[in-house]
Amino acid sequence: MNPLNLLGGLGRAVLALFATFGKVALFSVDAISHIFRPPYYPREFLVALMNIGWLSLPVVGMTAIFTGGALALQIYAGGARFNAEAVVPQIVAIGMVRELGPVLVGLMIAARVTSSIAAEIATMKVTEQIDALVTLSTHPMKYLTAPRVLAALITVPLLVGIGDIIGIAGGYVVATQNLGFNPATYLQNTVNFLETHDILSSLAKGATFGLIAALMGCYYGMNSGRGAQGVGRATKSSVESAAIMILAANFILTGVFFSL
Amino acid sequence: MIRMENVHKTFGDNQVLKGMSLEIPKGTSMVIIGGSGTGKSVALKCVLGLIKHDSGMIYVDGKDATKGDRDAFLARFGMLFQGAALFDSLPVWQNVAFRLLRGPLKRPREYAREIAIEKLRRVGLKSDVADRFPSELSGGMQKRVGLARAIAAEPEIIFFDEPTTGLDPIMSGVINDLIREIVTEMGATAMTITHDMSSVRAIADNVAMLHGGVIQWTGPVSQMDASGDPYVEQFISGSAEGPIEAVR
Repeated sequence: MNPLNLLGGLGRAVLALFATFGKVALFSVDAISHIFRPPYYPREFLVALMNIGWLSLPVVGMTAIFTGGALALQIYAGGARFNAEAVVPQIVAIGMVRELGPVLVGLMIAARVTSSIAAEIATMKVTEQIDALVTLSTHPMKYLTAPRVLAALITVPLLVGIGDIIGIAGGYVVATQNLGFNPATYLQNTVNFLETHDILSSLAKGATFGLIAALMGCYYGMNSGRGAQGVGRATKSSVESAAIMILAANFILTGVFFSL
Repeated sequence: MIRMENVHKTFGDNQVLKGMSLEIPKGTSMVIIGGSGTGKSVALKCVLGLIKHDSGMIYVDGKDATKGDRDAFLARFGMLFQGAALFDSLPVWQNVAFRLLRGPLKRPREYAREIAIEKLRRVGLKSDVADRFPSELSGGMQKRVGLARAIAAEPEIIFFDEPTTGLDPIMSGVINDLIREIVTEMGATAMTITHDMSSVRAIADNVAMLHGGVIQWTGPVSQMDASGDPYVEQFISGSAEGPIEAVR
């Protein structure tokens, strides 16, 4: 293969990547700015709150409880190798609140909410519903994007908080029922070990991940191609991008909160 | 009056409009005919600003359509989309009264519902349809709801994009008659794009033939059959022989 062709292909791919970053950044600024500019659509906002927050609770709860339980088992088994079984409550608490709670909730939201937003908006685009909105003097960014982004920004941190509590509860149940921990001591150790900083970082990560999840769903939905294939591609790309951006943002935020 | 002057629009390598010029006098019904992919929908969307044209001018009542208050501009228009483009998440009456439930034309909810039901009746639908969702309606009923939505705010200008596509001949006739009646009754300026010659004869005051990105012929519908234009003649006859290539 001609090395110049290879270099050319690589260059085009890098340029396309930067072009996409630019488009996503401009879209995000535009979408967020519409949250603060009237007109507002409270009904659409309430529906989005319900869909993103309330209806995500079961999946978030199930993910958190099983993860907390498994974490307790792993830490107990790993800690036993150097006589440190007693650290289960502290490590479950810190693991859930600092990392697993926000990241797993973020990824579940990317799977459930981002895909749903992208598919819904992309279908609206393909069936000319977005054009219809414009002809009815309604700005699609205000009517479709702003309520969803605001709802995700508010509800995902709450979901992360609830996920943290349920995850810790999952660890508590496994530790007290299977591993012989004293319930009162377990709770005491959990509460004493966690700091306000841990909880705030968890909620801040939740807000960031919620923003990413909603923005990616809206961006790919609004920029969907034609037909069923276009909707499918938009949905797939939205989830992939949201998941990768959530993991990257998690790494950066962890550095900001805990390394400085 | 709507006036398009030398409008160009290109998508990638595909030059769709190559200097389209057309005039639609106030209160008249213009039907644009032409084969698939000739840019009829693009022309219509350029007037509304849904697609930005590359060059040329579009005027509505002598004012540049791309300038001025966009909401006020769009408030003058109603549009029936090809697939009706009803909002799946809203019941029928809220689709029809969409403009009356939000924005500058906002009215009390009960009043908006009354208007919606009145408009549904106007297009031949009973009031029990009002609380159903679009997915529960047949294609013909969806078109009628789309028509009711287009006329709900009593616009001065109404656009119809392939109003009878996908409908059986009887339902097509019903929709054509409704469009004609409504346009006449409201005194609105109408612009319709269609392939359906029965629609053309039922709806049009004037006809324009779009081919190759420009208007090949335009004139009163009464002169269409004797236009002498080879493009129009081939389109009316549906023949594979003529200046319009059958394989495009």
